[in-house]
Parts: sequence; structure tokens; C-alpha cells
Amino acid sequence: MLERFTSRLQKNIDSILMIFISSALVVGLFTLYSASGQNIILVLNQLLYIGLGFILLWITASIHPKYYEKFAMPIYVIGLLLLFAVMFVGQTSHGAKRWLNLGIFKMQPSEIMRIAVPIAMAWYLSKRENKRHAIDYFIASLFFILPVILIINQPDLGTGLLISASGLYILFLAGLNWKFIVGGAIGLFFLVPIIWTHLYDYQKNRLLILLDPSQDPLGSGYHSIQSSIAMGSGGLIGKGWLNGTQGQLDFLPERTTDFIFAVFSEEFGLLGNLLLLGLYAFIIGRSLMIASQAKNTFTRLLAANIGLTFFTYIFINIAMVSGIMPVVGVPLPLISFGGTSMTIILISFGILMSVHSHKELVGSS
Amino acid sequence: MSFIKNNQNIYKSRYFFKQRLALLTGLVFIAFLVIIGRFFYLQIFKYDFYKGLSENNRIAVIPNAPNRGLILDRNGIILADNYFVYSLEVIPSKVANLNKTIDNLKPVVELSVSDLKQFRKILKESSSLDSIPIKTHLSEIEAARFAANKLRFEGVEIKSRLFRRYPKGSFASHLIGHINRINEEDKETIKKLGWQQNYKGTDSIGKLGIEKYYEARLHGTTGFQEVEIDANGNAVRILNNTPSIEGDAITLSIDANLQDIAENAFNKYRGALIALNPKNGEVLAFVSRPNFDPNHFVGGIDVDEWKLLNESLDKPMLNRAINGLYPPGSTIKPFVALAALENDIRKPPFNIKDPGFFTLPNSGHTYKDWKPFGHGTVDIVMAITISCDTFFYGLGIELGINKLSQFLSQFGFGKATHIDMFGENAGLLPSPEWKQKRFKKPWYLGETVITSIGQGYTLVTPVQLAQAVATLANGGLTIQPRLIQSIKNSQTGKMEVFKNKTIQTLHFNPEHLALVKEGMINVTEPGGTAASVGAGAPYKIAAKTGTAQVVEMKANQKYNPDRMNERHRDHALFIAYAPAEDPTIAIALIVENGGHGGSTAGPIARKLMDYYLLKKVTSNKEDIKVSPLESEYHD
Repeated sequence: MLERFTSRLQKNIDSILMIFISSALVVGLFTLYSASGQNIILVLNQLLYIGLGFILLWITASIHPKYYEKFAMPIYVIGLLLLFAVMFVGQTSHGAKRWLNLGIFKMQPSEIMRIAVPIAMAWYLSKRENKRHAIDYFIASLFFILPVILIINQPDLGTGLLISASGLYILFLAGLNWKFIVGGAIGLFFLVPIIWTHLYDYQKNRLLILLDPSQDPLGSGYHSIQSSIAMGSGGLIGKGWLNGTQGQLDFLPERTTDFIFAVFSEEFGLLGNLLLLGLYAFIIGRSLMIASQAKNTFTRLLAANIGLTFFTYIFINIAMVSGIMPVVGVPLPLISFGGTSMTIILISFGILMSVHSHKELVGSS
Repeated sequence: MSFIKNNQNIYKSRYFFKQRLALLTGLVFIAFLVIIGRFFYLQIFKYDFYKGLSENNRIAVIPNAPNRGLILDRNGIILADNYFVYSLEVIPSKVANLNKTIDNLKPVVELSVSDLKQFRKILKESSSLDSIPIKTHLSEIEAARFAANKLRFEGVEIKSRLFRRYPKGSFASHLIGHINRINEEDKETIKKLGWQQNYKGTDSIGKLGIEKYYEARLHGTTGFQEVEIDANGNAVRILNNTPSIEGDAITLSIDANLQDIAENAFNKYRGALIALNPKNGEVLAFVSRPNFDPNHFVGGIDVDEWKLLNESLDKPMLNRAINGLYPPGSTIKPFVALAALENDIRKPPFNIKDPGFFTLPNSGHTYKDWKPFGHGTVDIVMAITISCDTFFYGLGIELGINKLSQFLSQFGFGKATHIDMFGENAGLLPSPEWKQKRFKKPWYLGETVITSIGQGYTLVTPVQLAQAVATLANGGLTIQPRLIQSIKNSQTGKMEVFKNKTIQTLHFNPEHLALVKEGMINVTEPGGTAASVGAGAPYKIAAKTGTAQVVEMKANQKYNPDRMNERHRDHALFIAYAPAEDPTIAIALIVENGGHGGSTAGPIARKLMDYYLLKKVTSNKEDIKVSPLESEYHD
């Protein structure tokens, strides 16, 4: 009875992926405990989000990929409508209009789009599989360009970048002609000055500070400098758990969320970093493996996109914390505190596992 | 067919997908390498750099300024100590609008114009991170009132500061000196001496006198507290605490009572006095009049007050004892007499019949004696006793300027004594070479004439004269004068007692020394130029009076002190040692515009000797009325 129940529970769960994800989550909880100044309430909160995320992961893993394909468009359209809603009735916090108040809870439609956009693009491109023309890639790219414009307008540069990246991955993997890739890259190069003029001052500032953080050590450069100090002073083996001075003494800003990696890095040093990076590498590797084993174009594109987007999160966050990218406000997946980010990530892994567990059944339909 | 084509398509598209996925996987791999490279850069190559920055972030080193060492007189009377005051201080960098803050402070704490002036002055000299006093010496009520309003004043706080105090006010001000706020020049000095670390919490430094000369000993060692702070600058815990070490206590050789008697005896006169023990060089009294109140300098002197002090005709800031230059006048005669005897001229029974003037051979130029018709028959002892100018004129000519200059130089004339105080003047002992160098002119014989009675180019400082007298009293032994007796190490409690520093032992014929001494003793005996000074003294005093002209008299002009501008009157000089047989005190003093040495300067010396030798205090009043004897009126 119990065995049947557990086997039912496990049926759609990829145990290899699960072990690595759980390991990263444990590392995250310990880091969060330290970063929050040993705030156990915060850790329990995070644990609650993880619990919720695991339930959603189990649910999404159990849903057959064909349903994702089927509901790709409705989900996308709802997400897009919610994004428009944010524009008009959204709640402003920290100078950005990102939230919708739904009475019981607040939500960020942009987070939904992180999943909705790749699903919709994968759906469209797989549907046009055998009769794809250049125009199809253009249409597919509109799927991400439209919400990205809305999201960057909120303004939320981080999420906008991530969704753009995820859209570009799909275009690339779907076989976008190299001509367009090169042409697009050149086009983007000339677009940069135009985009620059449309960026908010704080976004421009962040980019400028990246070039020389010391220019403004107490203002925008403060984040960058303090996190570099935290990482650098961690050295090879770190200062030890709960002993990172940069983190414990408030020098690091946003240290439970976007800058949590600096806390981790300060306390566990280079060896800790390599270990965590190793865990991430396994998760990414496993995801890409699942993608390459997927049986149809839709699941292939979707699975590969999930793995690559996960990598992008990690890369942007760590690059930002270690001072090789501007501060864009991207959390570190599985480690940073935050319910939305946690559940979205676990949901995406649920979808990934669904692709894996249902691969025999999709075949060619 | 369609199935096959479809299948082919599927394989083709899967192939393309895998190819592109492989490309992206390669990209992921490279990205990871970039990140790992960055880790190595930050955590291995730049580890020391970032470790240092992190420690700088975390650790604040708060200097803890030491208590300044005490200054005591030889009997333990406190001349300089420290006390706590409430001080209202502003950290400019933490104040948004300084002028508004000051305006808001006014109803809470009384701020005078000079407080604000002083504040602005210090503000200009300091960094905006410094804590700058806007009002020191807050009353308890003001402190309480501010504390109640504290929240309104960001960046303003009350600090308890240790203040230097000179409890006896203007007493011995030139000797003790004072401290004042560290200025740019001091910062340079501190840097040059490598004292920066030890002066991190210090805002004042010794500027004059003992306070300056013994700065290194008085300052003490700054303590440091290493505090772990959070990003907001709040102290989290103390990591390390090195307490400060109080500065060493300095015991002066000065006898405060003697000093007090001397200063009072000067009354309203300007001048200087040095009394020292010839046996060990200890300075017993160090007077320069007028004094100033060193307390006003602590924490910065008011600009107007400083101007007043600095521009006063009385020059209170001039340390006359080591810096004042005066012609020695007749006080040089005992030394000149000894020079003659040691050169085997003028030995008794040699004598002259003094007509009241001296004619320079070959030129016919005459030099008058101070006594119009002369002193009659005068030998060398008598010449000192009655200060016979004519006797010394001839003596000087026969001895010659070179021998005279050489001899006097042995007594330290024209040379600094190296007393333990900065800024000493070396005085001036003229010689033909000096004149050639200075004026590019040859030496005239007439200059030798006046040099031998202490006029002309010769300039001495009181301390120089005192050292010369002490050497004479010792029969040729010169001990360097010094102002301190001992320094007590504040940590170990060990006393460092200073030893006498013998500069030289001159060898004179005892017979010659006895003759000079006899002349000097007779000065204070009936018939001498300072007979009243010796009157009724139970011990023998060897002395010499002197007068230094302030304005040159025209040949036919008669000196009449009553009709002259007070500042144009002659300076009165007096040198003495006692008891003559075994001297324990030697004194040199000058009373500016005091007229004749025996009448104004002499009584001051007598009071000191009475106190020092008999512990007897003569009151001030009785001797102001003493009218000078006729013989004492002129030199």
C-alpha cells in the first residue's frame, strides 16, 4: 500500500535531478540562515515556499506534455493580459510597477511569463515544424519581444533580460538560420545606442558603475564593491559558516536575495563556490540530457530551454555578484530567498521531469 | 512515402537540434570557466587585497588620547595638570546645514561671538570628519539642556574632554609654556618626528617652554581600541584594547615660592631673572615679565586676545630670560677684571688716580666716568666695588680686544647655554673678525674702550649672564643650566633623576679669583654701589650692579630719569651670588627701564637670597620706599 503510494509519488520524478536540486536547496537554507542574521523565521518561510514548490513540481511533473502544448496559447494570453493589467492597476514598490494585488496574495505576472513564453514559442515553432519559413521565426520572436517590452517598462531589467535570453535560446535551437543570427547580432549592435536612450537613469547608472565601481563607492557602486570584498576576503576556504564579516555586519546589501551568493562565497570560499557550481553543473547537464532525449520538437525545445534558462539565472547572478556584470536584480536559483522565484523554478523542473517521464509515450504524434 | 519523409524530417530536425544544443552546452561550459576564473582572481590572486578591505570595513581603530603628564615644582607644587570639561562638538560631515544647526543651537547653549569665531577658525583647519568643539567648558545646566534637545541636532554631541590647566594662572608662564591646538606646522613636525601614530587622538601640542621642550615625555602613549563595527558604524564588540599610557610627570628644579617672590618683586616692571644653584646648574627661578595666562591658549586662543598679546608694547610673549638681549653694562666688569689679572696686568698694588675721564692715547678722544670728578685712587678691587669706568677703559686698551673677547667667551658670552628650552638667543660677543664679517669695517680702539665696561656691541641674555655668574661663583666650573630635576615614569613609577652636565672647568689663579670676589663682596658693603642690598644680611653677598643705556645720550646731555619717557630710561642689571664663601645661589636679573641696578634690581635679588638662604620673606612694601644712596644713583 505504502509502496504503491510512494511509487506513484515517484513515478514522474527524476531522482537524479531531485537529488541535486535538494542538495542545492539544503545549501541554500544554511546560507539563508547565515545571511538573514540567523533568522529562523525566514528560513522556515523559505522551507514553506520549497514545500509549496515541491507540490507544484509534483503536479507539473504528472501532467502530460501534450497538455502543455494544448494550453500553451491560453496560458500565454492570460499572462500577457495580466502584464497589461499591471501597467494600469499594478502596485508600485521600490519605484517599479510589478505586482498585481489579487486580494489573497500578490503576484508578479512577469514571473508567469518566464514559463509561459518558452511554452508558447515551443508550441508555435513545433506546430510549424515542417513548413517553417523565416516569417515563422519572426512571429515566434514576437512571443517574447512583446512581454519583454512590457516588463522592461515596469521597470524590471533582470526579468526582461532573462525572458529575452530564453526566447533567443528557443529560436536558436529551433534552427534559426545563421544568416539571421549574424544579422540579428549586427542589428542589435546598432540598436544598443537606441536602447540606451530608453533606459531609466538607474539602469544606465548600473551599467556605468560596472565599468568603474570605484566611481561611486557609497552609491550605486556600493553593491558591487562590497560583494567583491566579501568574495575576495573569503579566500580559498572561506571564513566559516556564520562567520562572514561582510555579511554578518550588514556591509552586503540584499544579502538574503540577489546577493546571497556573496554571503555563501565569503563563508565557504573558493572550494564552496566550486562545490555549488558543481551541483549547478549537474542540474544543467541533466536538464540538457533530458532535452536531447526528448521525443518531439515541442518537448525538446521546452526542456532545453528550462535547462538553459536555469543556467542563465545562475550566470547572471554570479557574474553580477562577482562584479563582471551590472547589478540587474536576478536571484540565485534554489538559494535566494523568495517565494515566487522558488516556485517558478521548481515548476519549471516539474515540466522538465514531465518531459522525461513521458518521453516513451509522446513519440511522433 | 509521407511517413518516411516525415521521419526523415524528424531525424534531420533532431540532428540540427543536437548540434545546436551541443553548441550551447559549449557556451555554458565557457561561461562556467569565466566564472571560475573570476573566483580565482578574487579569492586567490586578490585575496590579500580584499581581506584588507574587509578588515578595514569591519574594524575601526579608535585612538584614546593619553593624559598629559603633570608639571611640578621641586617641592611637588602642581604647575600644570588636567581636568575634565564638557565640550560641545560638531562633526561637519554629519551636519546637513551647518549655519542652521548653529542658529538652532543658540537658544540651547550660549554661543559667544568669540566661540563662533574660534569654531570657524578650527573648522577651516580641520577635515570635515573631525569633531570640532564649538563651545568648551559647558556648564552642567547647558550640558543638561543640550542633552534634552539632542535629537534635534544630528552630528552635534557633548564630549567629555581632558583639558590642560595651569592652576597658578600666569605664574611662570614663560617657563611652563602652554599647549595649543595642533596646526599645520605642528603636523609637519609630528610627521618629521614620526609621531603620527601616537598623535591620532591628540588635538593639542606643547607650544612653548617646558610644555614644548618636553613634549615627547609629557604627551604619553596613545591607546587604541579596535572595535568591530557594522555597516552603520555601530560598535558590535571590542576586539582589542590597548589602554593609553599617561605622560610622564616632570619635576622642575624651580622653587615655586622663590619664583613667586621674584615675580612679585618685579611688580609692574618688565624684565627677567634667572636664579640658579651654581653647584648643580638647577634653575631655581625663571622669570620673564610681564607674564601671560597660558590657560587662555588651551583649546585655541581668541584671535583678538592673541592680537593684543602679540602687539602690546610690553611684549608679554617675549621670553626675556632666554631671548631678551641686553647690553651687560657694568655687570661685565668682574669678568673683565679677572681677564686683566689672568693676563698679569693691573695686579695690586697697581692703581690709578681717576680724574673722572679717560683719554684715548693718540686720538685725544675722552671717555667720561659716570662720576663727574672721579673716584680718586682706585685699585682693581676698588674698581669693581665702586664700578670705576676710568679704570676699566685703560685696562681694556692695554689688554686689547682679542684677548678680552677670548677671555669673556670662556664664560659663555656670545654662546647659547643650551638650557632645556627652545628659542634661546646666543647673544653677541664682539671681536674684530666679527665686525669685519658683519659690517665690513675694521675694529676701532674706541670700541674696545666701551666694550670693557659692557657697552657697545655686547649683548647678553639673562640666562647667559646667570651662567657666567655661576661659573665665577664656582671659581671656573661651568655646569649647564637646566630647568628640570627629575622625570617620573608614569608606568613604572621610576624616577629618572638628571645628572649635572659639566661643560668645562676653567683654571684661574685662586689669588685672582679672591680679588674679584673681594671687589664683588664690597659692592654690597657700605661704600659699594649696592650697599643697601647687603644691609643687614647675615650672609655675605658678592654682587655687581649694571646699567644699560636704552637711548644714547648726546655729549652735553644730562641723564635725568624723571624727565624722560619711562621707556627710554636705562635698564637696571644686577648679578650676585651668595653666600660669598660657598655660593648656593647665583642670580642675574634685569629690570627694563629700571634705572640703576643697585636700586631697583638689587633689592629683588636680596629678597630671593633671603628666602633661599634664610627662608625669610621680606615684604614688598618696605623696600619700595628705600631711596637710593647718592653713590647708587649712577653706576
